[in-house]
Amino acid sequence: MISEKIILATLMTVSIGAVAGYLGTLMLSKRMSLVGGPLGHLTLPGITLALIYGFDVSIGAFLILILAILVIWLFEKRTKLPLETLTAVVFSSSVAVAFLFLPSEEVELALIGNISQLTLLTTVLSVSLSILAFLIVRKIYKKMVFIAISEDLAKSEGIKVDKYNLVYLLTVALVIGLGIRIVGSLLTAAIVSIPAATSKNLSINMKQYVYGGAIAGGLASLIGITIYQVFPIPAGPAIIISSAGLFLLSTIFKKN
Amino acid sequence: MSQNSLALQVKNLSVTLNHQQIIEDLSFEVKRGETLVVLGPNGAGKTTLLRALLGIIPYKGEVKWNIKNISYLPPKELMQTKEIIPLTVEDFFSLKEVTKQKASASLDSVGLASDLLKERIAHLSTGQFQRLSIAWALVDKPDTLLFDEPTLGIDIGGTETIYSLLHKFWEKQELTILLVTHDLSIVWGHADNVLCLNKRGLCYGVPSRALTTKKLKELYGVGVKYYKHGK
Repeated sequence: MISEKIILATLMTVSIGAVAGYLGTLMLSKRMSLVGGPLGHLTLPGITLALIYGFDVSIGAFLILILAILVIWLFEKRTKLPLETLTAVVFSSSVAVAFLFLPSEEVELALIGNISQLTLLTTVLSVSLSILAFLIVRKIYKKMVFIAISEDLAKSEGIKVDKYNLVYLLTVALVIGLGIRIVGSLLTAAIVSIPAATSKNLSINMKQYVYGGAIAGGLASLIGITIYQVFPIPAGPAIIISSAGLFLLSTIFKKN
Repeated sequence: MSQNSLALQVKNLSVTLNHQQIIEDLSFEVKRGETLVVLGPNGAGKTTLLRALLGIIPYKGEVKWNIKNISYLPPKELMQTKEIIPLTVEDFFSLKEVTKQKASASLDSVGLASDLLKERIAHLSTGQFQRLSIAWALVDKPDTLLFDEPTLGIDIGGTETIYSLLHKFWEKQELTILLVTHDLSIVWGHADNVLCLNKRGLCYGVPSRALTTKKLKELYGVGVKYYKHGK
């Protein structure tokens, strides 16, 4: 008999994994796959505050991420430095501050995640937010690809580039905030980058690529959760290793 | 000249970016159906001029468009980013929200078969991609096309194809074309008017009168051979 906790964990991880893979395909087009890592790391002060004051880690992560992303967005407008450079500036400062306060016994939880204490409410919220993120990404996807191809061209077509970039970054924050629940702050780059890379290997058009990312992310989560139940290893690393396995398989069947 | 016959009026345009003046006090006009070639060496401010005309960057002076449907085509940028995700030709058109039928008709108009719709754009030859770029830029039947260095990195055969195609659309759709290039040979075959730009406007008018050996030397900084031409 499968326990209720396992069903909740599976529902949550598969939906977060799928939306992270879906968003990851867009991040890859903007050469921002690795940004998922720094963004995950800069949630550490939020997670630290949550652990010290006893509230949900995702709430702490969201607040810090939204603040950081607004700061990065403003810096980008002001300095025109690449987003990844500004992210690096903000995330490294953020990690340094977090380690001043992070309780040593909570380090592992903060870094690689923990899904053993799930409640129904947390799961419903996480799944709902994953669906919301999916709908936002679907809405902005084509315009963001247009912007990635040529920002000038997009502007000449009347696309509000700043507005789309802001919505995109806030969605990245939402998905990274959800992602830290399952893989912690250390491994978030993996849940957005590996499924997208897997999908790119196997796709011959945009539709296959986009939904392939979601399928690869969801499938890796499902396999990871199954491994987590059979072997005594944490769910976060199990999901990432499964995702890496799917990527390796995709290199064998690469289509393009 | 009646205001209606003008597609674009530019008066005293100046652009400063990062505290550096890129364009200084530039004035010119473009009539409907005219092909204006903006000629200048690398770094002369040609792309900046197009970006200012499109309102993408801030400027001082007056830019007055009398037409609304303007298409911009930077082929070099498209070449560099065409492989960022797996895009078929159909996907590429879908970014502009055009129907498959329209995309197919547009391909046909540049001499590409509609079965290319399912082909990855990364797999097209350079010549096919150039044709596709033109089809893509013209799919919405714009009144004006702003074309940035259309032949950069293209061989002579490919270059001629692009201009033949543009000429065809110019005749059929009464397309107004603003084309920036550093390539002097384009002016003789295709320009109604030429604007020499190197931060300031150094010459402007019908090529046979505007492009003197002295002006070319001033523009490029070295002696440039003065070709015999028909215009």
